[in-house]
Amino acid sequence: MTRHGLPGLAALLVGLAAVTGRGTGAAPQTVDPAKLDTGARIYGSLCTTCHGPDGDAIPAVNLKTGQYKRELTDLDLMTVISKGVPGTAMPANNLSNNELFALIAYLHVMKDYGARRVVLGDAGRGRAIFEGKAQCLSCHRVNQQGAYLGPDLTTAGASFSAAMFQDTLLDPSSTAKPGNRTIRAVTKTGEVVTGRRLNEDTWSVQIMDSRERLVSLWKPDLKEYAILGSPMPSYKDSLSAEERSDLIAYLVTLTPPPAAQGRGRGAAR
Amino acid sequence: MRRRTLVILLGVLALAGAALDAQVGWDRLRNARREPQNWMTYSGTLDGWRHSSLTQITPANAKDLEMKWVFQADSTEKLESSPLVVDGVMYVTQPPNDIIALDAKTGRVFWIYQYQVAPDARVCCGRINRGLAILGNTLFMGTIDAHLVAVDAKNGRLLWNTKIATAADGYAIAMAPLVVKDKVIVGTAGGEQGIIGFVAAFDAKTGKEAWRFNTIPGPGEPGHETWPGDTWEHGAGSLWVTGTYDPDLNLTYWGVGNPGPDWNPDVRKGDNLYTCSALALDPDTGELKWHFQFTPNDGMDWDSAQVPVLVDMTWDGAPRKLMLWANRNGFFYVLDRVTGRFVRGAPFVRQNWAAGLDENGRPIRLINTRVSAEGVLTYPNAQGGTNWFSPSWSPRTGLFYVGAWKEASALASSVPVEFVPGRGYTGGSPSTKMPNIRRPTINTWTEQAGHGEILALDPRTGKEKWAFVMHDVTDAGILTTASDVLFSGSREGYFMALDARTGAVLWKALTSGQISSGPISYEVDGKQYVAISAYHAVFAFGLR
Repeated sequence: MTRHGLPGLAALLVGLAAVTGRGTGAAPQTVDPAKLDTGARIYGSLCTTCHGPDGDAIPAVNLKTGQYKRELTDLDLMTVISKGVPGTAMPANNLSNNELFALIAYLHVMKDYGARRVVLGDAGRGRAIFEGKAQCLSCHRVNQQGAYLGPDLTTAGASFSAAMFQDTLLDPSSTAKPGNRTIRAVTKTGEVVTGRRLNEDTWSVQIMDSRERLVSLWKPDLKEYAILGSPMPSYKDSLSAEERSDLIAYLVTLTPPPAAQGRGRGAAR
Repeated sequence: MRRRTLVILLGVLALAGAALDAQVGWDRLRNARREPQNWMTYSGTLDGWRHSSLTQITPANAKDLEMKWVFQADSTEKLESSPLVVDGVMYVTQPPNDIIALDAKTGRVFWIYQYQVAPDARVCCGRINRGLAILGNTLFMGTIDAHLVAVDAKNGRLLWNTKIATAADGYAIAMAPLVVKDKVIVGTAGGEQGIIGFVAAFDAKTGKEAWRFNTIPGPGEPGHETWPGDTWEHGAGSLWVTGTYDPDLNLTYWGVGNPGPDWNPDVRKGDNLYTCSALALDPDTGELKWHFQFTPNDGMDWDSAQVPVLVDMTWDGAPRKLMLWANRNGFFYVLDRVTGRFVRGAPFVRQNWAAGLDENGRPIRLINTRVSAEGVLTYPNAQGGTNWFSPSWSPRTGLFYVGAWKEASALASSVPVEFVPGRGYTGGSPSTKMPNIRRPTINTWTEQAGHGEILALDPRTGKEKWAFVMHDVTDAGILTTASDVLFSGSREGYFMALDARTGAVLWKALTSGQISSGPISYEVDGKQYVAISAYHAVFAFGLR
């Protein structure tokens, strides 16, 4: 669109639909793995410095979930990538059409790229396990039900692959993001405070405490302070393989409704 | 009538005298330390100390500091600009390339100059500008589309505009220029786009190029043999931090950035001169007097993009003209700045790539630490033991202060890359546990990701005298004062004062914006101020 003189709009949309299956109502077509590898390589060399390896390093932007600062079609994405965004740190990028297609195709599958295949069970049974036997809502929240102690999973299916859910169920600490660590503090008056760490700096830490209150602690006022691992239990023994497979089938359905795609989906970070 | 004419004439002469006084002549720049009320160059003085002789703010009264004003930039991008202050007027830049003149006492704006950036600018890492230079009544700014502009300091009118390289090929100017005598000297960024880096000098009056020194030697030039085949054609060697100047030796000193492609050293086997090096250049001719390479055949993006700090010290019983340099590669060096010879060096952060430095200061590389397709876990990480943000030297404490990244590692790996002009030419990327360069406001990283410290280093031993430990990493420069107060900031948005002798915290304020710039100090109407750019704003603090 800039230096290479991209083809006309119609040709562009046809090209993109062939890559992503979006924009024309056609069913998604299989993407050439080599093209995805090209896209991943371009992402690694051009995008990771600012967007991070997981695509979530810029506030209000999550490339894995398709969350941008404004609604973007694939054509818009091409413009943003090739021309940059004036007034921001997003630079213009001198990519060929094929490279642009490959990069956008990669962005669409970024969450699953490189993930192992995991057998999915029955989502309906999985939901029953989620809300019942596994007691997930005692910490997590889905569609405004459940607790605030763990991460809200309402749209977790958009960010995480089935393989990632499986790893988490078997060994929660292996996938726990730093933002989901628990802290334990003892104040100078002897009060013990535990909670999920939301933000921390040299002098203070902000948490969701065990009573679901937003609390800010001032480190000079603390006698003890420790960052602990993930408080989530492993479901390796407490659920069968079939039950886990049902649960994962439910978790991957937790995505935003189509109407909300790209609009008003600010995620808590 | 006659008497009235005389009075008017005298008045005009007085005004002319005042105007002449207000001109920032070369003598004033050269002797900037005699005017501690002003901050007339990037580092405050030409020796790169970032040290103020003002003493009103002390360790005893720093607790009484308060915000005097804040200037909110009309930009959503991070300010890395280190302001200038001349006779009560502050000159600062906002992204991409605007110059703002404001009242250093109140923060109110006199004028704004807006440079129109060409759409073909191809910056790697944000539309960064680190500040200005001044000479006479003229301000000088490099632009991200590789122009150098001169602007009237009184009214913001453009005086000249010189294109110095092709922006579409990845050339850009991020640093504040350096004025030496009648010339304006700048270097070019673009180390991630396979440019051929250069330092160039321009006539301050006309903008006409006086000389140019290419940091990648071409065929027939000394050092060309350190590049196999045609790899030198994309050798990078960018410059993006302002150099320094020694008037007695008439030498100007510069730090050169990484080779290209950044993380693929195998395609350019050899030392890759003059990347990751210190250069001593004659400011009149651009002639290279000496070079010292910190990291031969770098594969970790360890730019030597640091301010060369020039210090005269007694060393082994004799006076020496030295250069202090905490390098991105994790080692703290003392060099002889007359000859470029290595004096001493030691790691100042954890590093695992070299067994040490030999008698010439060349790193003794450990086997199996080369960046390769398989990847290698390297300390320090690609952001380095420190980076571009200014260190400080205090002649009172005899200590060198630097913002360091401690315990930071990266799994760096190479991938094949083809050179296309203007495109990223990095050849790999470091996978890191570290916060991103533009990490969001919220920080939930753990100790495993490394952290920032302000280190007070003794150049004689290379050892830490004290360390101030931060939770997050830091991109903040450091200012020291003649009353032993040290100012710096953090990514967390704190701006703080420490005791330069002990590291004890004296005062802090939360700006709530990532601090990626160096503090300055100045005086207006007998009152000392300290100013810092933090995210989108400039803050000025003074005593209650």
